[in-house]
Amino acid sequence: MNSTEQTIPTFEITENQKMVQQLARDFAEKEIKPVIMKYDESQEFPLDIVRKMSELGFMGIIFPEEYGGAGFGYLEYVTIIEEISKADPSMGLTIAAHNSLCTNHIYTFGNEQQKKKYLPDLCSGKKIGAWALTEPTSGSDAGSMRTTAMRDGNYYILNGSKNFITHGSVGKVTVVLAITDKSKGKKGISAFIVDNDTPGFIVNKKENKLGMRSSDTTALAFDNCAVPIENLIGEECKGFHQALTILDGGRISIAANALGIAQGAFDASLKYSKERQQFGKPISEFQAIQWKLSEMATQIEAARLLTYRAAFLKNKGDEIIKESSMAKYYASEVAVMVTNEAVQIHGGYGFTKDFIVEKFYRDVKLVTIGEGTSEIQKLVISRELLRI
Amino acid sequence: MKIVVCVNHVPDTEARIKIGADGKGIDKSGITYILNPYDEIAVEQGLRLKEKFGGEVIAISLGGESNKETLRKTLAMGADKAILLKDESDRDSFSVAKALSDNLKEINSDIILFGKQSIDFDNSQLPGLVAEMLNLPSVSVVVKLEIENNQVVCEREIEGGHEKVESRLPVVLSVQKGLCEPRYPSLKGIMAAKTKLIEEKPVISNSKKVEIVSLRLPASKGTGKIVGTEPTAAKELVRLLHEEAKII
Repeated sequence: MNSTEQTIPTFEITENQKMVQQLARDFAEKEIKPVIMKYDESQEFPLDIVRKMSELGFMGIIFPEEYGGAGFGYLEYVTIIEEISKADPSMGLTIAAHNSLCTNHIYTFGNEQQKKKYLPDLCSGKKIGAWALTEPTSGSDAGSMRTTAMRDGNYYILNGSKNFITHGSVGKVTVVLAITDKSKGKKGISAFIVDNDTPGFIVNKKENKLGMRSSDTTALAFDNCAVPIENLIGEECKGFHQALTILDGGRISIAANALGIAQGAFDASLKYSKERQQFGKPISEFQAIQWKLSEMATQIEAARLLTYRAAFLKNKGDEIIKESSMAKYYASEVAVMVTNEAVQIHGGYGFTKDFIVEKFYRDVKLVTIGEGTSEIQKLVISRELLRI
Repeated sequence: MKIVVCVNHVPDTEARIKIGADGKGIDKSGITYILNPYDEIAVEQGLRLKEKFGGEVIAISLGGESNKETLRKTLAMGADKAILLKDESDRDSFSVAKALSDNLKEINSDIILFGKQSIDFDNSQLPGLVAEMLNLPSVSVVVKLEIENNQVVCEREIEGGHEKVESRLPVVLSVQKGLCEPRYPSLKGIMAAKTKLIEEKPVISNSKKVEIVSLRLPASKGTGKIVGTEPTAAKELVRLLHEEAKII
């Protein structure tokens, strides 16, 4: 951690952040909170909420206006994801996966023709985007990928299957990673833009999940799915390298997702502890509860600083491999701890679906797993520290 | 159509109000300010009129530097320009109305919209005062509005019903909840607001006629009392409502 002074962001919240924060907070309060338990119960993807978020520009936050985006940076992006996640972590995840993974992959590595063709519809939310890396037998070990893309004239023919794909069934465009050169292992992976209506693109089982239940998570299969060669992103065999860069940015959005969950659980706990009376006084007057609140609040602030610092550096254009991993690792573990304590503070009520902390407690576990487990984050951080 | 919306910058509805040290104002520290919710409806109505008839929407507010936040929100919602009548001094409704109408005279608008009241001091006086000072017709507490040619047809909310009234442009209206649902300022709107102008004008005269002598908080609500859960408790409940609460 040298050169600290250059890497500390300003602690003042900018005018832009303030305005988008107010917007996202008002929207979440009025449009998401009142209806979200219905979607959690049914596991239905809330298309209506996503349509409204699209109208506000939340599906193209970090992309330039020339492609139909809002033209904001990562600070505003993180702010919006945090605020939306306070009301529903699944919708925070939708913004994160759509912006950071699918759309950003095309924006960062696509050619001008691909950007012009795909970005406007993705940024406006007309099309929801997905990103397919994980497979049934290939998770953290991307080198064990089995999906292939074999060149045949003007097409690549995709065969194989993908797992746990966010927006797998509601998506209209998917960035798919597949092997074009089997001899090279993970260095033989390439990235493709696939329209979901391409013949041979099959949406398989939708997962029945512990949490993030209004998020759409499905398996995909490719059965001789012919993708035109102009849909190759960048060069052949650069897919793995591209994916790592995309995940560096993606981790900031999952850190923000975690931050929102933690803050939402904390806010509910603070309120409840002042209302719930036991032994003739609010439980917030007992030191056992006060200490929990202090620990939760302090760790949330620390997670926020790491997250906003990573966002600040990303805006600057710095390399953020270590910083985004630290933010994602720490914020997600803090969120797990905070939601656990939040249910504890609520006691029996926290175990019921009448209190939002019950939902946070289930939703939170995804953030220590998705886009790289905490263990993988530690691996990434240590590699950077030791420069292995 | 030239549309002016007068907006106020008021404490958030969830703000915890404390009386300031002088006992005549509130302690402003730690309070978040927002665009007055009724004025937000007026802004929305203004934007809808512009979308229908063309023209421009001008938002105007009297207050200090921080009122720019509220004006910026109106610009993010879609207003074309904003005017800040800059003045930090304490004012009553009359002196605000005077400062507003002095400036509104120069703008020469077709319609002037207000929220039916500000949720800070709740005087509900500005629309009427401004209309009087500009010698314009005014309609208050409007819940439905139709304009054709220069004819204005409004429905007003009155006790137990609605009253339909007609007037002509130019007119001053104060609007009530239910007229329309305010839009959210989109990210594009927020971005666009950065390039829009907030014109600052100093206000010197303060022709205040009403002085705040003191402010106090309402007495805190007592805790509820459960008289009983059996039907037999009804008699006691009636007795308490009659003799103690004295409401029946």
